Amino acid sequence: MKNMDRRKFLKVAGTATAAVAIASCGNSDKDFSNLDPKGNHTGDVPTDKMTYRTNPFTGDVVSLLGYGMMRLPNKELKNDEGERIGEQIDQEQVNHLVKYALDHGVNYFDTSPAYCQGKSESSTGIALKASGYDRSKYFIATKLSNFAGHQWNLESGIKMFQDSLKNLQTDYIDYLLLHSVGSGMDNLNGRFLQNGLIEYLMEQREKGVIRNLGFSFHGDHGVYDYLLANQDKYHWDFVQIQLNYVDWHHSNAKHLYEELDRLGIPAVIMEPLLGGRLSKMPDHIVATLKQQRPQDSVASWAFRYVGSKPRVLTALSGMTYMEHLEDNIRTYSPLTALTTEEQEWLENEIANLYHSYPTIPCNDCKYCMPCPYGLDIPAIFVHYNKCVNHGNIPESQQAANYEKARRAFLIGYDRSVPKLRQADHCIGCNQCNSHCPQRINIPRELTRIDQFVEKLKQGTL
Amino acid sequence: MLKLTRRILAIIFWLGITFLFLDFTGTLHPYFGWMAKIQFLPSILAVDISTIILLIVLTLLVGRIYCSIICPLGVLQDFFAWIGKLSIFRKNKKAKFANKYSYSKPKTWLRLAVLALFIIMLLASIHAGVILLAPYSSYGRMVASLLQPAYIEINNLLALWSEANDNYMFYQVEQHNNPMILIVIAAVTAIILLVLAFKNGRTYCNTICPVGTVLGYLAKFSLGKIKVEDSKCIQCGLCAQNCKAACIKVEKGKPVVIDYTRCVTCGDCETVCNKKAIGLKYAPVWEKGNKTTKDTSEKNTDSDISRRSFLSITGTALATAAIKAQEKTTDGGLAEIEDKQIPERATSITPPGSLSARNLQQHCTACQLCIANCPNGVLRPSQKLETFLQPEMQYDKGYCRPECTRCTDVCPTGAIRPITKEEKTAIQIGHAVWVEKNCIPLTDGQNCGNCAKHCPTGAIQMIPADRSLKRHPEYGFWMDANGNRVNTRNMKQIPAINTEKCIGCGSCEYLCPARPFSAIYVEGHEQHREI
Repeated sequence: MKNMDRRKFLKVAGTATAAVAIASCGNSDKDFSNLDPKGNHTGDVPTDKMTYRTNPFTGDVVSLLGYGMMRLPNKELKNDEGERIGEQIDQEQVNHLVKYALDHGVNYFDTSPAYCQGKSESSTGIALKASGYDRSKYFIATKLSNFAGHQWNLESGIKMFQDSLKNLQTDYIDYLLLHSVGSGMDNLNGRFLQNGLIEYLMEQREKGVIRNLGFSFHGDHGVYDYLLANQDKYHWDFVQIQLNYVDWHHSNAKHLYEELDRLGIPAVIMEPLLGGRLSKMPDHIVATLKQQRPQDSVASWAFRYVGSKPRVLTALSGMTYMEHLEDNIRTYSPLTALTTEEQEWLENEIANLYHSYPTIPCNDCKYCMPCPYGLDIPAIFVHYNKCVNHGNIPESQQAANYEKARRAFLIGYDRSVPKLRQADHCIGCNQCNSHCPQRINIPRELTRIDQFVEKLKQGTL
Repeated sequence: MLKLTRRILAIIFWLGITFLFLDFTGTLHPYFGWMAKIQFLPSILAVDISTIILLIVLTLLVGRIYCSIICPLGVLQDFFAWIGKLSIFRKNKKAKFANKYSYSKPKTWLRLAVLALFIIMLLASIHAGVILLAPYSSYGRMVASLLQPAYIEINNLLALWSEANDNYMFYQVEQHNNPMILIVIAAVTAIILLVLAFKNGRTYCNTICPVGTVLGYLAKFSLGKIKVEDSKCIQCGLCAQNCKAACIKVEKGKPVVIDYTRCVTCGDCETVCNKKAIGLKYAPVWEKGNKTTKDTSEKNTDSDISRRSFLSITGTALATAAIKAQEKTTDGGLAEIEDKQIPERATSITPPGSLSARNLQQHCTACQLCIANCPNGVLRPSQKLETFLQPEMQYDKGYCRPECTRCTDVCPTGAIRPITKEEKTAIQIGHAVWVEKNCIPLTDGQNCGNCAKHCPTGAIQMIPADRSLKRHPEYGFWMDANGNRVNTRNMKQIPAINTEKCIGCGSCEYLCPARPFSAIYVEGHEQHREI
């Protein structure tokens, strides 16, 4: 029904010229390539053209687009008096999105006991059940997210796995991951290798309760290389890595992917869009990409990039909004692979251009939250990055747009982050740093932003 | 002509001053700031000789025109008097003019007694009494506590619109936390004054207002006066019936008499006179017949009512307890943040530029202009009797930011003298005090140092809490008992305050993570000093 409304809306909007429609796509990055001259949609989002990849070990036919269940849509949570007391997952919308994804060929859903304050798994379970699709028609991926020290034992691990089955309303998991290994060997040993948990999981794989066993990786190479070196022992069915064109050379993505490629292990890709940062690009980059393919969204380049890597099984995207889902389905229905030249152009020129902007590599995953001293860390970074991309970080008072940029930065800052949760309240306790999968030195970046804000406020930039 | 000119000027002044109180952005001050500074009592308190002379000369030229144009409370009363004269409120709806007023006997003894009381209170620093009688500050309190909240609310609605449209025209502003007693005083003053004005015109101005009394007795000697030409006058009494100051006495067979101590040169009588017998004329007191005649008419009870009501304001207001507004906290995936509580300060903190607690106390009329203009939520009306409703500083919502000199720019009374940003960095209004029991490194075991990080004068440094450490006599690094150098970076560190460098801005108190009471807070200084 909502979909109908949207289409109707597009029709109404479409009575204006197509040019107007294209001009407005900057907001939602919708694909308008199939608009006729009057602006009417000539075709729907395809339901039967999705590109699939086959898992060499199990023969699973997996859609190239995977649904990440970490950024689920929220709605306001109100108490009995109608006051806003927080946010909760908008289950109705999740059901709608999941059903839409399945209808359009997406069949891989990736969640974790840690996501969305622990609510993601049960929400995913409800949505998949409600979709009416048979359990055999889709794949569920979840993780062992035993991060806290008191969970580093076999019992907690088993309980977490059993809870996942319960929350997801299923008796088997298609893809199970050791969640975010890479914080050093001690961490890996403590969580999985020395408490017998890895044996338990491999046993479950034998029994078919886990169909594929793998791990997701952030950070320390040593752990990665160790786990792959012991492929004979563990038989990893897949590995989840962070891959995208700005990380290819600028981070370790090239190494990670090439290792998997060498060993013939399917790669599940996370952060193909860097938490949306590769769609919210600076104007200059937007123009450069649009010049090549004016009708394609900025995000589609990032998805086509990872899709063009043959060893990729599926690319995960945390699609909060229907517009993201539609755009990504279009991109992969079917995939138009990038040429080698195009890949290199993205990895080098565009990535370098991107890194020339001083954005903070925060993907808004919220692993650092809640900050014990009340800061809203991701909101601060998101605001800062937005201002970088919009050219609202003036370099000095002599900058041509100083007054305008200053106002946009400071007013936008108060809008995005309540005063008491802003960077000036960071005491530098460093408790957040160990949680950041992007290895951002959070207090240092917050101090940098705070000093910038002070300079703007005092007019001493 | 006089009436029209007076009205136009009055509206300009009234709007200017009112928006001065409403505007929280500081943009209007450069244009209208002078309007607050030419107010009579503020300029006397500021010992602004040129303004005082100007106002005296003005009054000696054309009478109490100050009360009709410059005084915002006078203009507001005129407005309500005008509403009271509108045809819907009249008995005789057909008459061209309202004809509702009548001459009343001057309340000379009451006026002089109130003036004397006012001067005594002023000299004796009985501040709470002074501010209740002062007209400009009464007006300021009304606008700041009754109108500005609505103004901010409208702004915040526009800010929502602005945010929805992704532009930066309007932005959200937090409401000032006005204490209930201020709101009650302002509301009661407003209701009484405006009801009186609605029914009887300028009752307050001609019985209570000390400024009105002073200017009134000056106006007796003014060169220009409203005069009735006896040759044209037919003694119809229209002028008296339309005089909101109730100062025109028309008696059959006698020349019309005007009490110039009460006439505010509004020109209403000139307009209503069918015979064009009335106008502003050159009439120095030394010419015959220009003296106010002694009057013996019947008693009018208006003034008594107003006085009684007025005194009752004080009673009601003082009896009302102050209620603090509750602030909502947000949450979600966010830690809850407890509201800061204001510590008990031995000496309250007064804004830089106010020189000393005494200077502020003696000069401030508690008009709330600085408080309404404070962009950091620092200034609050005091609730102590001796500094009643005068500004004092609290750091639970923000701190006195280094780039801001807004209160010093707007103050019309010289209670807060103008200072520059540079001067401000060296004015010590208080000093920080460390509260060991609340300090996060000691209570939570976390590294902190946020106070030191944000101190604008570098008065705070972090030192190891471990007292067994010694400093190396030559190189200054920290050593353990065995004389080995220790790395203090990951040790518990506590702030060391150099009170000589501290200016008392409160950044440490505001940004201290300890809640509800900060681990570092500011004690005010009675006398500000330069560092």
